[in-house]
Amino acid sequence: MKTLAPVDVVIVGGGWGGMVMAKEIASRTPLSVLVLERGGPFRGVGSYGKEMDEVDTYIRKRWAENPANETFTTRATREDHANPLRQYGELPWVGTGMGGSGDHWGATSPRLMPEALRLASHLRERWGASRLPPDIAIQDLGVTWEEIEPYYTRAEEMMGTSGKAGNLKGRKIEGGNIFEGPRSREYPNPPHAMPYAPLLFAKAAKELGYHPFPMPSSTLSQSYVNPDGIGRVGCQYCGHCSGFGCMVGAKASPNFTLLPLLESRKNFTARTHCQVRRIVHRDGKAVGVTYVDDSGRELMQPAETVVLAAWVFNNARLLMLSGIGEQYDPLTGKGTLGRNATYSVHVGLDFFLDKPQNDFMGSGGLAMGIGEFGGDLGDEGAARGAFQGGLIFAYQQGDPPVITAFGKIPKGEVQQNWGSQWKKAALKWNDRYGTFLNTGNHFAYRQNYLDLDPTYTDKWGDPLLRVTMEWTDAERKQAAFMLEKQVGIAKAMGALAIDPHPSAATGGPPLQVDQHSHGGVIMGASRETSVVNTYLQHWRMPNLWVVGGSALPQGNEHLTLTVVALAYRAADAFVERYVKQPGPLA
Amino acid sequence: MKRREFIELSANSLGGLLIYSLAGEPIVVSAQQGKVKVPLRFFTRREAQVIVAACERIFPADDSGPGATQAGAMVYIDRQLAGPYGSDKYRYTKPPFVESLPAHGYQGKENPRETYRAGIPQLGADFVALDGARQDERLRAIEKTHFFQLLRQHTIEGMFCDPMHGGNAGLIGWQMLGYPGPQMSYRAQMGQYNGVPYRPKPQSLGQILGYPVKPWEDEEKG
Repeated sequence: MKTLAPVDVVIVGGGWGGMVMAKEIASRTPLSVLVLERGGPFRGVGSYGKEMDEVDTYIRKRWAENPANETFTTRATREDHANPLRQYGELPWVGTGMGGSGDHWGATSPRLMPEALRLASHLRERWGASRLPPDIAIQDLGVTWEEIEPYYTRAEEMMGTSGKAGNLKGRKIEGGNIFEGPRSREYPNPPHAMPYAPLLFAKAAKELGYHPFPMPSSTLSQSYVNPDGIGRVGCQYCGHCSGFGCMVGAKASPNFTLLPLLESRKNFTARTHCQVRRIVHRDGKAVGVTYVDDSGRELMQPAETVVLAAWVFNNARLLMLSGIGEQYDPLTGKGTLGRNATYSVHVGLDFFLDKPQNDFMGSGGLAMGIGEFGGDLGDEGAARGAFQGGLIFAYQQGDPPVITAFGKIPKGEVQQNWGSQWKKAALKWNDRYGTFLNTGNHFAYRQNYLDLDPTYTDKWGDPLLRVTMEWTDAERKQAAFMLEKQVGIAKAMGALAIDPHPSAATGGPPLQVDQHSHGGVIMGASRETSVVNTYLQHWRMPNLWVVGGSALPQGNEHLTLTVVALAYRAADAFVERYVKQPGPLA
Repeated sequence: MKRREFIELSANSLGGLLIYSLAGEPIVVSAQQGKVKVPLRFFTRREAQVIVAACERIFPADDSGPGATQAGAMVYIDRQLAGPYGSDKYRYTKPPFVESLPAHGYQGKENPRETYRAGIPQLGADFVALDGARQDERLRAIEKTHFFQLLRQHTIEGMFCDPMHGGNAGLIGWQMLGYPGPQMSYRAQMGQYNGVPYRPKPQSLGQILGYPVKPWEDEEKG
């Protein structure tokens, strides 16, 4: 195996986590920074115009990671055989290429509630441990609201998040989410103009006594120059958003807001089509990574520091393949690597109206929401065994524009999903429905975890990552509670029909893996119960940093902004403390 | 090398110029005459005829608007199967193949080409000659199969895809829905048409960009 010239910092993955680290380190220190990305280079906004095709981009997912290279296996319990997620559909979308999943996200950008940062302590204090679900394994993140708030602000200003503050330094402001944690600053951009269905949602919610607000979106509502001097234009509402790259650069992406600041720097390099297979380590210290390049050659890249910022679960997988850390065992509770795998409790419904929505226009984060059930579900929820929820919102993403959107018909209206009757019903309701969503809290449990699959391997012969995860009664109760609240609003909107989506309350185990998956390499204040410290530095290997959604000890909604905020915090610690004195920071 | 096969479709059925009014009434304004010879990439001529007939039962032309034959849904399916999708170039295909819950999705070994090749004979050698009701019976008998589910999904895709993929001929599917195509901006319209239809004339991606776009199946061999 050929050994390449050493670099100071090698970063695995060119998504939000890796690129925040790259930009901060390369622009604030003289260290050489190399990003290794498994996918291709940034294709440019011109290319994204050509990619506004539902078949190739949205359905076949031409620009996502090829499942033939690597995928995940999933099962409900330890007794089950785990099946691979063989194709897109079950595997909703796994980002690849520069920008990672940050290139085709929906850009919905809420902050966590302050109590979500210390969820375990909070719930025990409020309800007592005995009332909480058995086998619960939730943990505090180990950072306080005061510590993370400036990084949320920095993330929002870099991305140009559009929204309306509901709590400015403790002052509640109607029109924003009055339930959010105190913000130090207003959003950098005003909210988007809203289309029909979100406005109807807001009106009905207000009549019911809720406090509707425009969901924060990191797609620009207007032209904006961020603090780094990056200028971008406002959203065109083209409706090819979540699942697509933005053809005008209005949607925040690492390729628009971070990569341009790095490309001219001599101490920055990105190599694409590089599949990292191992972190090489000696005597408790990472010494570099091995990867396979486009031509199939395996190469050794030595580095002083390794930053692991791969796709959520692939962080855990690379540590497992590299033999770094102790694999979590659900029977003994020993080991920290692979624990606290979570998803999100998705609860949603389709509502049908008699008016056209023009739903081909929209933007990934274009929604009105309510925050009443965004965190604690209060006495009403606790009495029913539902403790935490999530924001409920009605959105108009635009996508999927036409094929995937076709055929929504109120349940029971037709008996067959093909033929003339079906076609007429589908045409009648086409563009006359909308969607509510709540991508809510998912507790971690002892029995839900990640390890290496004993059967299935990737293209290079390495074991796939196996996800073992099941819903418990707590998720079923939470989903039922959240759905009831959604149905109440949909009825007040005058919906002609309401069809709940399958959820934890009605469906099988969470066998999918997607951009709302979290954990496996969790952060925390104790090395006994977490893999990385609150600066995302590995407890046992101080020159290894693991950045991304893998750090979150429980699931919640739309955590990209939180991932970026935590990456900024990690980068600050690296630049301001670690570079001067390499060693454990906690 | 396999001899390339063709299928003849009547031009006035394939994407005849159609205007779809806001009231939901389809009006065929003009139609081309004669026959169009469509080269087949994957199907044999006989297979293509079965697929044309089956797609038309799934998405029939009726008083609510045009159907799969007019949109050229079969042409779309033929090209998809000939391309990288048809050969499972982008699917995880390592064994063992173990059946599981529906949430795990299709876990079979056969790729879409194999699924179609094995599925078409299940409709019977006489399928094309049957009347609609008898064809529906045959389709209903295989409704639960992976083949039928693919065929149904692909028919909808062939109705409403960008015409560069071979379906939605003459933008007939988009006209029927009032979908304007992948327009680059609705900034001026956002918030201005609340509950009121906004239905500009549909355009294909190539028309909007002003240059032809190559679909995946034309760029990459299966």
